[in-house]
Amino acid sequence: MNKILSTVLSAAVVASLAGCSSATTSSKKSATSEEGTSIVAEDGTKSEGVMTYAEYVDAGTDSEVTIETYVQAKQGWWEDNGVGKATVYTQDQEGAYFLYDVEMSEEDYDKLTEGTKIKVTGYKSEWSGEVEITDATFEIEEGNYVAEPVDLTKIFSDENELIKHQNEKFSVNGMTVSASKDADGNDAAYLYNYDGSGTEGDDLYFNVDLDGKTYTFTVESYLCGKDSDVYKAVENLKIGDTIDCEGFLYWYNGVNPHITSVTVK
Amino acid sequence: MKNYVKSLLVAVLLLCSGCHGKQSTGAFTMPDSFDTSKQYEVTFWAKNDTNKNQTAVYQQAIDDFEKLYPNIKINMRLYTDYGKIYNDVITNISTNTTPDVCITYPDHIATYISGNNTVVPLNTLMDNEKYGLGGSKVKFDSVKKDEIIPEYLQECELNGQYYALPFMRSSEVVYMNADYVHALGYEIPDVLTWDYIFEVAEAATKKNADGTYALNGQKIMIPFIYKSTDNMMIQMLKQKGAGYSDENGTIKIFNDDTKEILGEIAQHVESGAFSTFKISSYPANFLNAGQCVFAIDSTAGSTWMGTNAPLSDIAEENKVNFDTEVRIVPQYDVNHPQMISQGPSICVFNKEDPNQVVASWLFAQYLLSDKVQVGYSETEGYVPVTSKARNTESYQSYLAEEGEDNDSHYSVKIEATKLLLNNVENTFTTPVFNGSTSLRDAAGQMIEDVAKGIRRHKKVDDTFIENEFENVKSLYRLDSIKGTTSINSPFPMEAKLLLASLVLAWIGIIVVILLRKYRKCKI
Repeated sequence: MNKILSTVLSAAVVASLAGCSSATTSSKKSATSEEGTSIVAEDGTKSEGVMTYAEYVDAGTDSEVTIETYVQAKQGWWEDNGVGKATVYTQDQEGAYFLYDVEMSEEDYDKLTEGTKIKVTGYKSEWSGEVEITDATFEIEEGNYVAEPVDLTKIFSDENELIKHQNEKFSVNGMTVSASKDADGNDAAYLYNYDGSGTEGDDLYFNVDLDGKTYTFTVESYLCGKDSDVYKAVENLKIGDTIDCEGFLYWYNGVNPHITSVTVK
Repeated sequence: MKNYVKSLLVAVLLLCSGCHGKQSTGAFTMPDSFDTSKQYEVTFWAKNDTNKNQTAVYQQAIDDFEKLYPNIKINMRLYTDYGKIYNDVITNISTNTTPDVCITYPDHIATYISGNNTVVPLNTLMDNEKYGLGGSKVKFDSVKKDEIIPEYLQECELNGQYYALPFMRSSEVVYMNADYVHALGYEIPDVLTWDYIFEVAEAATKKNADGTYALNGQKIMIPFIYKSTDNMMIQMLKQKGAGYSDENGTIKIFNDDTKEILGEIAQHVESGAFSTFKISSYPANFLNAGQCVFAIDSTAGSTWMGTNAPLSDIAEENKVNFDTEVRIVPQYDVNHPQMISQGPSICVFNKEDPNQVVASWLFAQYLLSDKVQVGYSETEGYVPVTSKARNTESYQSYLAEEGEDNDSHYSVKIEATKLLLNNVENTFTTPVFNGSTSLRDAAGQMIEDVAKGIRRHKKVDDTFIENEFENVKSLYRLDSIKGTTSINSPFPMEAKLLLASLVLAWIGIIVVILLRKYRKCKI
């Protein structure tokens, strides 16, 4: 039984790094991180045999890719039939790479902090419009880079432009919280699960209006759990609030950002 | 000699106490009566399909039950993934903090019961005159044992004991864009064959000169998408009469039929006719966007299928109008159709206080009452597991009102439900043993790996498939399952060892007694 218990997985969902930042203050990064760790300025030069971001973008779906990138946030680590796996948001100076189910030990996972440089080899895949690297392995390299959120407020309604920033750390400002319909059909500022069928601890969904269009934003509970500032901030939202948000520009049948910070104005 | 006997007894005691490295709860014993003066809190881990209607049915059931039993409070924790429930239960077994009642799969229960008295065998509870099924002291119109669909109850029997009650049942069906099938020049038979579905899917891969697909004029077309590739492999093998596993937990999946199936799937991945949920995304999204001809998914996913589906993950402007037809899964022999039976069951976990177990049991039993059964089954393409609920006027009206609206009476959902109701005798389940979950995962993994291999331009031949066999054997530890952990044999291996030790101990005791008598006689 002990063997079974030790081998059968238990999803160890860990709220990520600095990904889930303060709800009340925007977490703009400077040359020195909030923890005081010096951030090495990277020039973006790639090692031999490693693709540039442009080459990665041009690579066909299902082709093998090798990239160098920097961890921006971690969604969680778990064991799948004895094999450790993790989903990680990463970015270099040119663009972002979403790593889905990368094979790694829990020990290695713990070594990944915001800005850690890694070399990843895997396959470029696409799932419901989200471009990601799957079936990947990785190694930690020397170097550190923490991306600044790119302000996408002006192009948010232009999907052709927006998709060029897929998976990047971004900000969007001056949105208005609009109503979602809860499980009983009532107006609500946010929902647990997309239809209100969940409970605290599940993913949060909330609608925001910007320039006449409505978008659904998500607080991905594996990235920012119920104890994170952003989770609590969304639970306190009211319809009509004006907010600024930061997060990662995830895609699911269209833009579906994973929000890490909400500031009510 | 005395020391030898002591040693034997100590060894037996150690074996008894040390089997699982944790303090075990004693076997459940039915109390004479249920103490209603005492308050009980029952933790209920429930699964829903991210469906607010299901959450509402659970909550209503709890409210109604608590009115009947004011001394029992139900604390519900909602999950949307059976795997997560399984993981959490396994984790909590080791700390004696399991829930009281849990929605789960029989495959998972097979692992749970390898702990000491972890899950309560339900036979005693079911048959109890006062608190059992249809019992005299039960405060609601309880279902009787013979009113539970026998095939579904049978699925919950392990080692001659019922370790669960069925809660809901579903199967898989083909949801198809009938307009596309007709446009390709095909009629739609009552029962599809695998040859038929692959042939039509191949026809749908034809492209225009500009690279768009001839059938839909779009850049995307995945003619045939399968949601659950483990079910795909299991059903194909069953229909072929090929090996999968036996009742003793012997793995038989690594055979020529499996190779043949994988080889055929590889061809259709290569041509672009076939893909899977894990590789591409939810079949419903492609079907509703006019980018798929055949989507195979659970009947419990029917509310997502079709132009007028009440649930959707894609924007309205991306939907296309089409006629949705529903059929049972494709067959190799249309005269002997076989389809998998799936769906959640309910198990009750053992606790120190037998009254706590009775409180849990009463709630578990309540989930089989008509209102809950009919209410929950109508939220998706599930069917009630009791003939009692199926025969109610409200359920019969529900079925009769098929298509009257695109919500509760959504035609595709009720059509899928009726297919299942009409095919109960054609459903099957796979043998359940400690490790059967891993085998199921391996079955699907082989299809996924072959499909990925083709897409990644690898040579998928006999060598690839042989290597794949070895890979999944290793990954899912299938070599270690055979002969050691089967629970469909009369006793699990640990029980056999324990019994053997007890026999040895008694032999030792008898030998000592006889020796003493012999010595006394000599004196």
